[in-house]
Amino acid sequence: MTMLAHIDAARADGDPQRLLAAIPYAQFLGLSAALVDGQLITTMRYAPHLVGNPALPAIHGGTLGALLESAAVFSLLWAAETALLPKTITITVDYLRSAGPHDTSACGIVTRLGRRVAAVRVEAWQATRAQPVATANAHFLIKREA
Amino acid sequence: MTTDPDPIERRLALARRFTEQVPHNQALGLVVEALRDRTARFRLPYHPKLIGNPATGVLHGGAITSLLDGCAGAAVFATLTELQPIATLDLRIDYLRPAEPGRDVVAEATCHHTSKHVAFVRALAFHADDEAPIATAVGTFMIGTKLGTNRAARGGA
Repeated sequence: MTMLAHIDAARADGDPQRLLAAIPYAQFLGLSAALVDGQLITTMRYAPHLVGNPALPAIHGGTLGALLESAAVFSLLWAAETALLPKTITITVDYLRSAGPHDTSACGIVTRLGRRVAAVRVEAWQATRAQPVATANAHFLIKREA
Repeated sequence: MTTDPDPIERRLALARRFTEQVPHNQALGLVVEALRDRTARFRLPYHPKLIGNPATGVLHGGAITSLLDGCAGAAVFATLTELQPIATLDLRIDYLRPAEPGRDVVAEATCHHTSKHVAFVRALAFHADDEAPIATAVGTFMIGTKLGTNRAARGGA
């Protein structure tokens, strides 16, 4: 089953979790996806192997970047049909707060959907969405029918 | 009285030990290939658990983000005169071409400037020195972040 077939199946089922099932790296990070009030929320379950600073302890900045990038891709796949898997062109991550040893959630908003390029703004939070631990802006190469 | 033969070497050895003990770096299998004054070179061994697209076997961009973030942070450690806690402030990554399935990815980072509170880093990811880069990155790091400050920022959690 190709990734695009998985995506079609996920959308047909209304089950975003199926987006992740086929991606080994999503399993490695401990990602899950769910629809909450119509928004696709991606959650990274806390696990000790995600830690970047054992003294605090804090989650590795790279894993937050990976969560943000993944959540942006899932939001995009959920929002739009694309004939290619989105390819990340560029991502800029702002780290706002130290992320503690807790689950982290993220949600992307597609801010521009063109035929070839999509822009997504995405934020990640722990205790409350009003206090994001990191945000990112990303551009993706996509392919949509005109 | 003996004098320290090479304080820089001792500091780099400390930074290397610190980096190698980071749990997520271990989970990724990151190898510190070199740590010199202001520069770091890390290797991310190819592993199936890091695949982002199972149809092609290409690594997930997130694994490269962690590689670049970790390598950039090590370059900052390799610049500081004493080992202080640091925190990534921002990191921009441009993906120039996909990594080839089955091949390790190497990152090289240089901390080209530090001010009192902030370190500025540039980094590259590639398969081999003589090949075109897979990704470029620029990042900034806060120097001397304190436990108490972070706790307060998290709302006292």
